[in-house]
Amino acid sequence: MTPALLHRLILAVADDVIAHADELTELDQAVGDGDHGINMKRGFEAVRADAGATAEKPLPDALKAIGTQLVMKVGGASGPLYGTLFMALGKEIAPDASNLSAAFARAIEAVKSRGKSQPGQKTMLDVLAPVQMALGEGGTDLSVRLPIVAASAADATVPMLATRGRASFLGERSIGHMDPGARSSALIVASVCRALEG
Amino acid sequence: MANVGIVIVSHSPKIAEGAADMVRQMVGDSVKLAYTGGDPGGGLGTGVASIREAIDRAWSEAGVAILVDLGGAETNSEMAVEMLDDERRGRVVVCNAPIVEGAVMAATEASGGSPLETVRRTAEELSPQ
Repeated sequence: MTPALLHRLILAVADDVIAHADELTELDQAVGDGDHGINMKRGFEAVRADAGATAEKPLPDALKAIGTQLVMKVGGASGPLYGTLFMALGKEIAPDASNLSAAFARAIEAVKSRGKSQPGQKTMLDVLAPVQMALGEGGTDLSVRLPIVAASAADATVPMLATRGRASFLGERSIGHMDPGARSSALIVASVCRALEG
Repeated sequence: MANVGIVIVSHSPKIAEGAADMVRQMVGDSVKLAYTGGDPGGGLGTGVASIREAIDRAWSEAGVAILVDLGGAETNSEMAVEMLDDERRGRVVVCNAPIVEGAVMAATEASGGSPLETVRRTAEELSPQ
């Protein structure tokens, strides 16, 4: 991956997260403490500010640097969760990204462990796991299909009962709302794919 | 051997400070105590960087017990512990206990010179099994 492409990817993800901060906050106000948008915005503004320097690093180091920024700047539970996702991906991935699917699977395991959670609990894992599955199956048009998989997986969190995180305090009342972490994960998947499409 | 140190991590700076006041009332200066609350932007929440600083302030050779309130406080505290160097990491525990009662009980146990595991167990006796 060239520094120019990596730079474009980082800016695409950061800009999309920042642009959707209000939407993420509104989703979080329905089922949580209403800080997901502002927290993610703060984290990705820091990532954006360092994008030039980060893009010059080899891919594994760049991902670790992004993860560290998110851990230190986001706050909330999403800071350590997204931070762990990017840091673990950086730790597992080959510099040429040839093992992306396997590395992504390992990174998802790290998020499960950090959040003591599994898919089905109305969290970001409910988007990340199906996206990884589709990636693992491979095939053509992945950059078109993965955002669709991610978006429908985020939609599928609406009828779910939250059993992890702040939303679980609401019990049955968590049903009928999209999980904010699932939405931000779908957003990031779509940004990466769109930037790769060029 | 020094007494175990106590760290209080709340989403709210006021709760963190208030819980620390209650600990001080019980144990005076006999245990090292640090508290932190609020996210990196100054709102309600928690952050890894400020938790790491609190662990440094409360550091004791006997270890540090951390008391947390809600989800993100626990996740951020666990992340902060993992980022410590090898020598310290094994001597910091995040207690599964209510923050105010847990902090007071843990500090009281620590002030008697109990080891880290005992301090943790005393705090966790307050949690529903």
